[in-house]
Amino acid sequence: MTGPRIDLTPSESGDPVTTGTVPPAPGGDPRTQRLLERRRWAGRLRVRSVSSTWRQPSVVFALILLGVWMLAAALAPVVAPFDPVTQSANLYASPSAEHWFGTDELGRDVFSRVVHGARLSLPVAVIIVGVALAIGAVLGLLAGYLGRAADEVIMRVTDLVFAFPQIILAMAVAAAFGPSTRNAVLALIIVSWPTYARVIRSSVLSVRGADYLAASRLLGVGPVMALRRDVVPNAVGPAVVLATLELGNAVLMLAALSFLGLGPRPPAPEWGAMIAAGSRDLSMWWVSVFPGLAILTVVLAFNILGDALRDRLDPRYAKGLS
Amino acid sequence: MTTVILLFGVTVLTFSLIQLVPGDSMTASLSETALNDPAVVSAYRDKWGLDEPVTTQYAIYLGNLLQGDLGISRQTSRPVLGDLMTYVPATLEIAIPAMILSVLLGTGIGLYAALRHGRVGDQVVRVGSLLGLSTPPFWLALVTLYVFFYVLGLAPSGGRLSSWITPPPTRTGMLTVDALLAGQWMTWWDAVQHLLLPVAVLTCLTVATLVRFVRSAMLEVLDQDYVRAARAKGLPTATVLRRHVLRAGLVPVITVSGLAFASLLSGTVLVEQIFSWPGVGQYAFRAASGLDLPAVLGVSLFVAVVYTLVNLMVDLLYGVIDPRIRLS
Repeated sequence: MTGPRIDLTPSESGDPVTTGTVPPAPGGDPRTQRLLERRRWAGRLRVRSVSSTWRQPSVVFALILLGVWMLAAALAPVVAPFDPVTQSANLYASPSAEHWFGTDELGRDVFSRVVHGARLSLPVAVIIVGVALAIGAVLGLLAGYLGRAADEVIMRVTDLVFAFPQIILAMAVAAAFGPSTRNAVLALIIVSWPTYARVIRSSVLSVRGADYLAASRLLGVGPVMALRRDVVPNAVGPAVVLATLELGNAVLMLAALSFLGLGPRPPAPEWGAMIAAGSRDLSMWWVSVFPGLAILTVVLAFNILGDALRDRLDPRYAKGLS
Repeated sequence: MTTVILLFGVTVLTFSLIQLVPGDSMTASLSETALNDPAVVSAYRDKWGLDEPVTTQYAIYLGNLLQGDLGISRQTSRPVLGDLMTYVPATLEIAIPAMILSVLLGTGIGLYAALRHGRVGDQVVRVGSLLGLSTPPFWLALVTLYVFFYVLGLAPSGGRLSSWITPPPTRTGMLTVDALLAGQWMTWWDAVQHLLLPVAVLTCLTVATLVRFVRSAMLEVLDQDYVRAARAKGLPTATVLRRHVLRAGLVPVITVSGLAFASLLSGTVLVEQIFSWPGVGQYAFRAASGLDLPAVLGVSLFVAVVYTLVNLMVDLLYGVIDPRIRLS
């Protein structure tokens, strides 16, 4: 939602990268000892492999969360005890054994709607990120590799999009196109592709002047081959990190758009719209609290994963931050 | 100069959005009754040059914008710019304190996390900021309102003043300031109480973004040789922090406050409605949910201009703070 466009945020999981091996003979006073202890840990953390990224407690937590949500999305019709859009006379029932999350203003089961919401939000987020990443990748590669006019034009367009806070532009685009799921997706793609384009362009630029690229050109490697073999692999890491973080952002922005009434049309079980519906009567807290927790847990999981992936894949963040 | 070009581009963008509206931009901009009135319709076509080629239409659009004409809101039937001007003070009243608090708290907490790098304090800050970044703003607003108003009864239910209190005479439009100017202490206190929750929610969201940047900026500074040297020569920690760490670390912090401002602007759009706060954000919410296109585009244009100018100011400030960077 309101997140940064170009995520410059460096490593969050702080693995202290001190280069030292474990020094011998522990010092006398407790401070030195603590220092040595940390050094020892640092030494251990330094040799961890890719698989150990997946064993960090926070990452395990995120993976479990996402797994649960993906199962919920896949099996929604089986998991949900009620139909998400069928209304009943049982309005505003508080949470009970029958209705775990209570019922809403039209007597619909909130639990079923939250579960079906995952079936709506997760695929939509994947589509948004997939398309925006594809557009951003192509334009970013073009801008970085061709340079000159292409670079100038593409970068000035990204500047334009960045002149707006993301949700504001998304709101304007979605309002102009008219409220629907498709238009909300379009709007979110329009506001998010420049982020990918910039990140991919900068990783292309970082290798453009490299000697090995010149060498491969001398060897007669054509531009397409050079892109595929030498340029693209460099951009994959940052792009994967960004895409993971953006999955969370897409969920958040979709919710925000439909909170503004510009998302999927009612009675679609969209989390943001459910929160908006629940905001009309504070005493019926369950109507909006549970969809909010759904958004929070999904986005949190993507953010944790994105951070961990960044520590792993983006060499800039792995060093110099001890 | 680049700012001027950028702003010019922004108007091209909003203009293209109008062109992209399915059907006719006129049907989106005029109300039903207006559309049935041939006089109004022809006046509208005339004013925006709808019978002219697109380039001329854009020239007319830009000309109107430069005269402050953002069109007429379909919902309020008033000029969008006039509407915005009446709502701006309310938004400023929560945005300014939230911005100041965010920068102070963000810097403080970020520095703390950097100093406690890898230890419990750092982890707690990290979890907190991740939670803040992952929370939908409107939901956080709703939950705070539920807890502090509905459950605890500590905060008012929303709005800017309690209904039984007469607003102070308007001077700035910011009720707290107006009340102070009029010397009405009770009114001032009531207005402050109404401010607390929206400001707190906006601050939480913005701090979550800021902390991550400040932390990494400070970590980088703390790793510099001159900091190590200052420590090694036995300067007290407080002096090292104030003179060597904060000074150098502030440059990135200022750059990021531009970003914080963006998150604040977006925050108001998503939060004000919950607190019945009659600001630009609530106006935007109503415009969006009522599909009031002129108002939505007016708000976005307005926000983009403000945001661009703030970023320009940040760039200028950058040069003032860091002597190595001067504008050419």
